[in-house]
Amino acid sequence: MTDTTSTMGAVGRPRSIHADDAAKARLKKRYAAEQRFKWLGAAAIAISALFLVLLLSTIVTQAWPALRMNYITLPVDLSSAKVDPAALDSVNYDTVIQEALAAKIPDASSRQDRRLVRGMISTGAGLQLRKDIAEDPSMLGKTVDYAVPVDDFADLYLKGLLAAKGSVAPVQSAITLSADSGDVDIGFDKDEILTFAHASGATEGENGVLNLTSGAASLLLEINGGIIKLTQVAPAANGGAAAKGTVITKPQGTTQAAGTAKLRVIDASESSRKISDKEIVWLEGLKGQNLVESRFNSIFFTSGASREPELAGIWGAVVGSFLTMVVTLAIAFPIGVSAAIYLEEFAPKNRWTNLIEVNINNLAAVPSIVFGLLGLAVFLNFFGLPRSAPVVGGMVLALMTMPIIIIASRASIRAVPPSIREAALGIGASKVQTVFHHVLPLAMPGIMTGTILGMAHALGETAPLLMIGMVAFIVDIPGGFTDPATILPVQIFMWADFPEPGFQQKTSAAILILLAFLIIMNAIAVILRRRFERRW
Amino acid sequence: MVTYLVFALIALFVAAYFVGRSRAVASVNGEVSKLHSLPGQHGMFLALVSVVPALLALIIWSLITPGIESNIIKNNFATELGGLGVPQVEAFIRDARAMAFGGVVGFTDATKEAAAALYKTVHARSVWIILLICAVLAIGGFVWGYGKIAPPYRARHMVERIVRIFLIACSAVAILTTIGIVLSLIFESLRFFQQVPIHKFLFGTHWSPQSAFTGAGTAQGAVDPNIFGMVPLFVGTLLITFIAMLVAAPTGLMAAIYLSDYASKPVRAVAKPILEILAGIPTVVYGFFAALTVAPFFRGLGESIGLGVASESALAAGVVMGIMIIPFVSSLSDDVINAVPQSLRDGSAGLGATKSETIRKVVLPAALPGIVSAMLLAVSRAIGETMIVVMAAGLAANLTVNPLEAVTTVTVQIVTLLVGDQEFDSAKTLAAFALGLVLFCITLALNIVALRVVQKYREQYD
Repeated sequence: MTDTTSTMGAVGRPRSIHADDAAKARLKKRYAAEQRFKWLGAAAIAISALFLVLLLSTIVTQAWPALRMNYITLPVDLSSAKVDPAALDSVNYDTVIQEALAAKIPDASSRQDRRLVRGMISTGAGLQLRKDIAEDPSMLGKTVDYAVPVDDFADLYLKGLLAAKGSVAPVQSAITLSADSGDVDIGFDKDEILTFAHASGATEGENGVLNLTSGAASLLLEINGGIIKLTQVAPAANGGAAAKGTVITKPQGTTQAAGTAKLRVIDASESSRKISDKEIVWLEGLKGQNLVESRFNSIFFTSGASREPELAGIWGAVVGSFLTMVVTLAIAFPIGVSAAIYLEEFAPKNRWTNLIEVNINNLAAVPSIVFGLLGLAVFLNFFGLPRSAPVVGGMVLALMTMPIIIIASRASIRAVPPSIREAALGIGASKVQTVFHHVLPLAMPGIMTGTILGMAHALGETAPLLMIGMVAFIVDIPGGFTDPATILPVQIFMWADFPEPGFQQKTSAAILILLAFLIIMNAIAVILRRRFERRW
Repeated sequence: MVTYLVFALIALFVAAYFVGRSRAVASVNGEVSKLHSLPGQHGMFLALVSVVPALLALIIWSLITPGIESNIIKNNFATELGGLGVPQVEAFIRDARAMAFGGVVGFTDATKEAAAALYKTVHARSVWIILLICAVLAIGGFVWGYGKIAPPYRARHMVERIVRIFLIACSAVAILTTIGIVLSLIFESLRFFQQVPIHKFLFGTHWSPQSAFTGAGTAQGAVDPNIFGMVPLFVGTLLITFIAMLVAAPTGLMAAIYLSDYASKPVRAVAKPILEILAGIPTVVYGFFAALTVAPFFRGLGESIGLGVASESALAAGVVMGIMIIPFVSSLSDDVINAVPQSLRDGSAGLGATKSETIRKVVLPAALPGIVSAMLLAVSRAIGETMIVVMAAGLAANLTVNPLEAVTTVTVQIVTLLVGDQEFDSAKTLAAFALGLVLFCITLALNIVALRVVQKYREQYD
């Protein structure tokens, strides 16, 4: 009896191995494992989502600045002395613009400075002016305010993407200058400037002299409306400091009372950035005169490729992509749908059709680059079709897309119930009539959805087109199916390789455009599926 | 001219349709029921027999004339072109064609102008020939078909036979494509193997085809067979694929399990599109992201813990490729997991197993063949993937399995060998085809094995 009672629990049930402490611990462990497993699954989804967000946000933030572009509005002298209305083709429009810009920056007088000034505006400015004059001859004969696009580095600076970090601090010292142009000696009555120089990473010379080389942060002294770049700072005997500097903008006087001058610090050293202190000062000066204007970047959306980031556009690639897609659709859709109809509706079950079926499934899994090799060997070398042409690209992509269309179309045709076919055959329609008058229209929404998804896949494809020479640098916008062209993904690939930082934003913007097209195509596919697809 | 011809044929098609139809109706004085076939079928018959032969002739002509024309030019200017290499001859032909038909030409000279003039006359003659052939075929077809139209004529059978032939021809395109791929790869590869022995290509450990002809003292055109060893490329490809699968296999599988067994409806409504978007992003975008963001990130990470990571490390390319493959793995596994019958899950739950135990001990073993096959397909996809590695992996062939170093892959080398100026006879370009053949064989083998695994080990539950 005692043995039995000892095994009875508090509630009077026998204690089993399923209810003792070990069992509870086991159960706890199992539930914990269950939770862990569930969280692992959620983590997998979270990783994918995180990556997607990371990718899209990187690209959108990169692309954003490329949608706008800075222009400098200059009073351009188009009087007949400068621009001869009788010989518009022989005028050097670049010079006309450069003179207008030089007039706005009188301090840049040396040859080197003038070259820097010329480099601040885009090399395409003259061409653009010429085009605008041809469109609107009424500009001639007077001085007009004309907006010219800036060079890509100046543009990046104005957008705050280059040498943006820095600070402006008031200078407490009273300052005297030895002259108002060229290399000057500067006297400070306090030594605060030494702290700035130390912080900027100046190299220390003899007797506490601090040399501000191009490897250090730039110190720009704003005094009396002028700007002086400091090159050397040293402690002075009177408890102040002495400095040497170069005048960039001429100051109005050579002395300045305490507390009114300002010191501008640009954190990035001059040698580590692609824009010099002088250019920064001039651009800020132009900005101060309200001559710099940020506009919607219409060049990007309307022109073809270019070596200059500020002149490079996406339109040529968009047109090339469109032409290629037209060819792809024209070939892949009829052939794909016909093949699907044959395999689903007419084909006898024999080795031949079995072979075709295995073939199609294999083709769908062949790496895309192999299709490029096929295009290169067969279309270009064997048939001698032109390189870089949308027609060849379209044919290659069509071969690649066809298996996708065939598989989707077959699924869609199979989904049409046999009763439809039997009814049509029953009232005397032939097999061909049954298929084309009844089965195909009912299967069409599904076929269209599959086709659009296949086309979206083809639109983003790059590798096979590299093989057939669509990677060539093509400035003109293609006008036909046999013109040399490039396409959006290949353009992205090419721009991603260019070293200029301006192209990074262009690449991201081009990716956004490509993604926008893909989203539109996918949305159409989803709408088609929602609205027309019937479940039998 | 050819465009007009196409339009003329389309116009003829429409016209013949109506002519045939009205002739059929007229032949029975409007009593359509006396016709064997519908009037529209007679019309279609006439339209098809008049246009299709001409159209076929036109297609064949447009495919073969460019080659024939440039051959004529080559033969006519054989003496002038004698000393030139293949790319120069091709450039010459291209320029001549551009001059003849209006295009951009680098520079011109007398020979090119003469060639352009000849090109023009040859082309004009060939256009006239095809015009004549098309006209004969179209008129002949029309007259023959017109004579055939009569009440008892079985136009429907004729039309349907043509339609059926067309359908069969379309499905044969898939076979033609495969044959084209295999033949072109094999022929170019054979030419390559004549210059470089196959065992040196397959088992050599040194790959630097860019230096093929630069060695001082080597004769023009002499090929050093020792620089075409593909082992480093193969190892690099496998390394990147391995890293990619390390990311994609667990993540994709767990995502599929979570979506099919755990996720609530709203979660699924968000998560599925996320995976679909990931699947729809073009690979060039992944490549850009890998080169721009992920590779510098890994390098910075390596620096901060004192490891030297190459800026084109296999790790960055592999991880990004893995992310690209996640949706592929997850959608394939999802199908497989859903194909496991509910009764197995119910049985397991009835024995007291938790959900995760059911999945780990019942569902996954049952779905194993399918999952293995999905993984094999994913591996095949990773091996054939091009853009990510072209943009984020290295160019130099290092024989290493260290994921922090830069490696190159088969696809990267195909692209670098074939992009830019190329001569189609050099061992360098032919090597790309040999690599393509290897790639094709590997992916094909993987696909076949994947298919076999499913067929052989699938359990029949129903």
